[in-house]
Amino acid sequence: MKYLDEYRDERIARALAAEIAQRVTRPWALMEICGGQTHTIMRYGIDDLLPEGVELVHGPGCPVCVTPLETIDKAIELASRPQVTLVSYGDMLRVPGSETDLFQVKAKGGDVRVVYSPLEAVKLARALPTRKVVFLAIGFETTAPANAMAAWQAKQSNLENFSLLVSHVLVPPAIRLLLKSPQNRVQAFIAPGHVCTVMGYTQYEQLVAEFRVPIVVGGFEPVDILEAILMLVAQLEQGEARLENQYVRSVTRPGNLPAQGMVERVFEVSDQKWRGIGAIPGSGLRLRPEFAAYDADKVFGLSAVEVREPPECISALVLQGLKKPTDCPAFASRCTPENPLGAPMVSAEGACAAYYHYRRHRIAN
Amino acid sequence: MCLAIPGKILDVTEHSGLRSGRVEFGGIVRSVCLDYVPEAGVGDYVIVHVGFAISVVDRQEAERTYQILEEMGVLETELSSIEDASDDSP
Repeated sequence: MKYLDEYRDERIARALAAEIAQRVTRPWALMEICGGQTHTIMRYGIDDLLPEGVELVHGPGCPVCVTPLETIDKAIELASRPQVTLVSYGDMLRVPGSETDLFQVKAKGGDVRVVYSPLEAVKLARALPTRKVVFLAIGFETTAPANAMAAWQAKQSNLENFSLLVSHVLVPPAIRLLLKSPQNRVQAFIAPGHVCTVMGYTQYEQLVAEFRVPIVVGGFEPVDILEAILMLVAQLEQGEARLENQYVRSVTRPGNLPAQGMVERVFEVSDQKWRGIGAIPGSGLRLRPEFAAYDADKVFGLSAVEVREPPECISALVLQGLKKPTDCPAFASRCTPENPLGAPMVSAEGACAAYYHYRRHRIAN
Repeated sequence: MCLAIPGKILDVTEHSGLRSGRVEFGGIVRSVCLDYVPEAGVGDYVIVHVGFAISVVDRQEAERTYQILEEMGVLETELSSIEDASDDSP
């Protein structure tokens, strides 16, 4: 496919890796924020191409993984109600709640449906006027414009049987938290290219200035990631800290203004809990009061729920970059994508799933 | 979740108040909301996430990889169909 294949060209990847090896004089720890980038790194063995000493620490950029257990339990509770049709992105179905998961609820007769786009959820609500259709609206800034459009459309057409169970997270406050942590050892960041496609990168320029940390906005293909690593290593070796944009073909400094406008109309910034990390001030989005009639929490009067995390799961440490999935004693034995203990083993962006799909045989040997 | 892929716009229509279009991804065609890329037209490549185009691919920038390939002396044999390898380095 055009604009994909050439970014997977092995010769360019090897040339970039050789260039990185030439520049490096000492060890560096870099974090890729986005789980999509983690998967590219594992799938193409990018970490194997890097010189010894350049370590990639995997970040918390997996929306499915950081969606709070409370939200999962609420979705499970709603999906178990006979009048509710719960609509979700596919990745969420096997995410373990305190007692069960949405897949099990569906197997027991709950009306749980998977969509590719939030507009399909709106369409479903129109097609099923006697059902209460709830869309599990999770995501980072990349997904916020799409989820906002669903709420906007529902309000414009006075759709009464549609609501959203919202869990939206924002990247820059999470980077700030990581950088402020006394345990932090990350020296430079690959910023998430699709989040920045929507939001631009001025917030990341602020982080560079505040913490004197190099940040490069990176794409998702092997060549993108290697080029972003090269740009970061060049800065680190020179003792510089700048914001650079590797993913120029999609990202502009101001970002996508029409998309930001829709997010602004529908959502407001709020404090948000991240599964495995905890509450981060100003790191989430919630529906504005004008959209209260579409807020599932309010429509169904959902109250705070007691949650229970599996004691064996170390996903909290994995999400903060403090442990690798393979450090977990349950990895690939008591925790697999079919029977996951934690969300990072489920999601297409989860670090545990990436190691499981691309590395488990090597580890077993 | 943040996965997004480039596809080519085949046509542009107005669909229940939304600007949408058919977009081709390596042979697969899907309906995509184009409301957030008002500047995009037929033939443009857009980056698509959960059914929404979130950016128009900057062609000149995207040709940069072809330039690297060209410098490596492999372009003629493998990517002969690319007509317009621009000389403008970004």
